Amino acid sequence: MSGRVWWRAVLTALVLFAAAPFAWAIIASLTPGAVLGGAPALWPRNPTLEHYRALFAVRSFWLPIRNSLVVAGTTTVLCVSAGALAAYALARLEMRGKRAILAVILAVTMFPQIAIVSPLYMLLRAMHLIDSYPGLILPYVTFAMPLAVWLLVGFFRQLPRDLEEQAMVDGASRWQVMRRVVLPLSAPGLATTAILTFIYCWNEFLFALSFTLGPERQTVPVAIALFRGQYQIPWGEILAAAILATAPVAIVVLAFQRRIVQGLTAGAVKG
Amino acid sequence: MARVVLEHVHKSYPNGFVAARDVSLDIEDGELLVLVGPSGSGKSTVLRMIAGLEKVTSGRILIGDRDVTELPPQARDVAMVFQSYALYPHLTVRENLGFGLAVRRQPPAIIKERVEAAAESLGLTAMLNRKPAQLSGGQRQRVALGRAIVRDPLAFLFDEPLSNLDAQLRSDTRTELARLHLRLKATMVYVTHDQVEAMTLGTRVAVMHEGVLQQVAPPMTLYREPANLFVAGFIGSPGMNFVRGTVRRADGCMFEGSALSLPLSPLDGEAAGDVALGVRPQALSLVPSGNDAPWRGTVFLVEALGSEQIVHLAAGDVKDLVVVVPAEQRVAIGDEVGIHVPANAVHLFDVRTGMRLGA
Repeated sequence: MSGRVWWRAVLTALVLFAAAPFAWAIIASLTPGAVLGGAPALWPRNPTLEHYRALFAVRSFWLPIRNSLVVAGTTTVLCVSAGALAAYALARLEMRGKRAILAVILAVTMFPQIAIVSPLYMLLRAMHLIDSYPGLILPYVTFAMPLAVWLLVGFFRQLPRDLEEQAMVDGASRWQVMRRVVLPLSAPGLATTAILTFIYCWNEFLFALSFTLGPERQTVPVAIALFRGQYQIPWGEILAAAILATAPVAIVVLAFQRRIVQGLTAGAVKG
Repeated sequence: MARVVLEHVHKSYPNGFVAARDVSLDIEDGELLVLVGPSGSGKSTVLRMIAGLEKVTSGRILIGDRDVTELPPQARDVAMVFQSYALYPHLTVRENLGFGLAVRRQPPAIIKERVEAAAESLGLTAMLNRKPAQLSGGQRQRVALGRAIVRDPLAFLFDEPLSNLDAQLRSDTRTELARLHLRLKATMVYVTHDQVEAMTLGTRVAVMHEGVLQQVAPPMTLYREPANLFVAGFIGSPGMNFVRGTVRRADGCMFEGSALSLPLSPLDGEAAGDVALGVRPQALSLVPSGNDAPWRGTVFLVEALGSEQIVHLAAGDVKDLVVVVPAEQRVAIGDEVGIHVPANAVHLFDVRTGMRLGA
């Protein structure tokens, strides 16, 4: 009994520790700018939406949101669809050098972003892709694809082989096996992969900063970073923007929470 | 329906393991052939090669006189029932049953008609809209069966379809399968390690061991005239008793073990050297000691099964000689008894080759 109490106490402390900065950000984003510098409060005094209004009225914050949605959305669709095909082949088909291919795919992610940002810039400039959507999507796909492939190979390997063999004997082509059996059964895996890929792209900063030139193509993290002026830092607006950028992802993750957990732990226990 | 022929089929894996060695089988149209053997004997591999799920290393496979050796499973038009049933968990029973027709782009009206007919015959009509997770083990098994029937394939392949069922259900489903075969008159290949299934279901039974076909024969022939030591020991329960010895041919034939000997009916051919004498526990009987029975032994264990008793004796150099006696015969541990051995119930095998000697 005392073990349970202990456990709850530790959990509560951990949750408070993790959630406190978010709570503070939400409170501060609702606090009028004039009193922001004062002592932190547990509840906003004279709550106001002025920072949120300013985001859209003054700073056209819908532009970076649109850019982020386009870039992250396209990257996610590309990664999951192409990644699923590659992963299925790597998980199931008999071919030479499977391990080597998987190793090379993983190796792609081992280069620190900062090390390749200059060569990538030259490359994209030569392709006239600087300050364009493809100019961000291309590097994102390169970086997110290995994660997608590795996750999906894991999911596909856990599917019972019997089902696919049964489908083949039943007369289904490889393509039909994929579409009618493998994909529906790996929906949790696909959802997990999609969400992780989306989050990666949604939060990415360095490439987005380096390969865009102006607000027309800047994504949310870059836009937020550029809020600060020479003489002042608009904390209220920065926090409001941060909340707006985090909320959609948080809501999606919470909505799919059970599926993601299922996906991440699938195969850990039988049944 | 079609004939299924395997010609000198050989299967070896890159690591050198040989799963099937020169397997030749001619499964007639409408026959139910049971492939039986201990685990690792290669029986499942042979079935999977017929289905096209494993490539043959050499040899040919024909289904209905068409060479399918190089064809993928999709093009072979056979149906398979897996041990795990392999029901599609995201599809309803109706969709599971109709899957094979749907991927072949049959018209929905035909799919509906055939699915419902199959469901009716298997008592699944009330479950058509359920998912596999909502079915009991026996119902899942029937769905797997129904999925094969709906297709009306050239041949049915069964890979240990009953081994996940409990004893009562297994015996019911075995009967159902036997009736299904009578009704459909379809070519079926049935893999099992259970000799009761093999004996009761098979038109013929093929015994496999270490990738080699040992004997292919009707069940009673396997039981009465096992071709070699392996088949003799594998078929029958409890297993056959074996006594090592030699055959001497002076004044009639005589089997001489180190402690147990037996006069034999005259043998054809040159049965010489070391032999194993095999005799089924059901063929032996126990008589009071002092009788002129050829062997004597001491009872050390009695298993009463209700309908009969299984008696274990120490007899000469045989540490565990098994005799099945009627339930009403009085036998007690420690009894010294005579063992009667009918001359016509004796099998002789060459110890070196394992092959049966004589008729």
